[in-house]
Amino acid sequence: MVANLSLDKQAPPLDVEAVRRDFPILATKVHGQPLVYLDSAASSQRALPVLRAVEEYETHSHANVHRGVHALSQAATAAFEGARERVRRFINAASVKEIIFVRGTTEGINLIAQAYARPRFRVGDEILITGLEHHANIVPWQMVCEQTGASLRVVPINRRGEVPFDEFLSRLGPRTRLVAFAHVSNALGTVLPVKRMAEAAHAHGAVVLIDGAQAVPHAHVDVRALGADFYTFSGHKMYAPTGIGVLYGREELLAAMPPWQGGGDMILTVSFEKTTYNELPAKFEAGTPNISGAVGLAAAMDYLERLGIEAVAAHEQRLLELATAELARLPDIELIGTAAHKAAVLSFIMKGVHAHDLGTILDAEGVAVRTGHHCAMPVMTFFGLPATARASFGCYNTEEDVMRLVRALRRAREVFA
Amino acid sequence: MDLKELYRDVILDHNRHPRNFGPLEGANHHAEGNNPLCGDKLSLAVRLNGERIEEIRFEGRGCAISTASASLMTEAVKGKDRASARQLFDKVHALLTQQDAAADASLGKLAALSGVREFPARVKCASLCWHTLNAALASETAATVSTE
Repeated sequence: MVANLSLDKQAPPLDVEAVRRDFPILATKVHGQPLVYLDSAASSQRALPVLRAVEEYETHSHANVHRGVHALSQAATAAFEGARERVRRFINAASVKEIIFVRGTTEGINLIAQAYARPRFRVGDEILITGLEHHANIVPWQMVCEQTGASLRVVPINRRGEVPFDEFLSRLGPRTRLVAFAHVSNALGTVLPVKRMAEAAHAHGAVVLIDGAQAVPHAHVDVRALGADFYTFSGHKMYAPTGIGVLYGREELLAAMPPWQGGGDMILTVSFEKTTYNELPAKFEAGTPNISGAVGLAAAMDYLERLGIEAVAAHEQRLLELATAELARLPDIELIGTAAHKAAVLSFIMKGVHAHDLGTILDAEGVAVRTGHHCAMPVMTFFGLPATARASFGCYNTEEDVMRLVRALRRAREVFA
Repeated sequence: MDLKELYRDVILDHNRHPRNFGPLEGANHHAEGNNPLCGDKLSLAVRLNGERIEEIRFEGRGCAISTASASLMTEAVKGKDRASARQLFDKVHALLTQQDAAADASLGKLAALSGVREFPARVKCASLCWHTLNAALASETAATVSTE
């Protein structure tokens, strides 16, 4: 199965110790204990090759892009546009015109809401999302519904944290104009059958936006094979810096859209009477972009491909299986999100202990997990919980990390005996 | 970092068995407190007789620090007048945020909260109920406060 976080059992094993040496921050001591970083779904750490690429660019090649004929401006433009081509290859887009650099997934979704949906949608039109979305894939649509009179519909999830396909199908109709869903749920780890969902949405004439923030670090994503009209993700969850992300859009759709923000770089000519807009992708990149961020993102893609994304995925799945089995042996732990198909995210609660207290106790043991609603309050409401603790795994986590988590949970049980 | 400083016995006890928990009949002052970061919600109901806090109860769900702090607060301010409750707020606030603040005798059991200041991420958990009390006492109608 293409790009569906399927496991390649043949993938060569990852040399985790070598990987860990690429992440100097992992040597940090937290409260006197070696750090166990289990919060990569919130933000991953940066690999040395990424940091070095950024430093190299800032030290030797920086100037503004697409402006000026001097040597550094040309070097910066080459680095920035080279990064765009790197991204195109990483997700197998047809053209670099389809790669828009944005701040992150949130900005990518807002761009589509405001520049695709807002000018087109009217009263009676429907936008369809699922019950497991991150706030970034809910609120921009609520805003556009307020602006246009369109309605937001939601496919409910089941107790395992899955989106039942028949529920999804039953909510598609002639009024569905746009369908937006996560590739992987950030709060629960559920992997959605995005290719099937996109096909069904297209059969109803809707366009499809996929929030890929939690998928791109863990799977080979081919936007064309998936059938995505729009696909957006963040750099900082895939070992690249913050403040850089990608919006992929099919050229035909992007070309027909008005610009989102106005400013420099997105114009061809400006006069006080009339301005003409630049071609793709510049039309959607007003202002000086995050050049070093794009360079870092490209380096992160090189890095992930060098490790082998299949090897990383297989490694993380082994950790997920181990952690799931170990947590199941702890009597007071309940896993939240037990989908058949999951990425390396483990959300859980401990009976009688609020997630926030759990987070503090784990932190005292050097174990960093996310606690709270994970920017997915409707998911928490569905499960009747104020918060969960969430352990998420990346390429640098080890079996020892899992066992440290288990020991820290036992410690929490003692404190709240 | 000593977890025992944070989770003292008094705090664990008040978390397990919160005092003055539940609805309050005949309340004339209300406020809601929210901590959106952790999803904590606190609802405070007060019956003021003149300036005197005759009865005070709380409802909601939160972490051990937030629940215990609310429970300890209701015990501490019940029977006090508005002005003394505000003075107590200032003392608790100092205790939670100033490294050198000594717990003065008037704080009583509230002194158990002094360990929270070593855990800056948790100060808001302990102070939510106090901000909510301030809002309830200040308003003649229902108020909402947020610690974020």
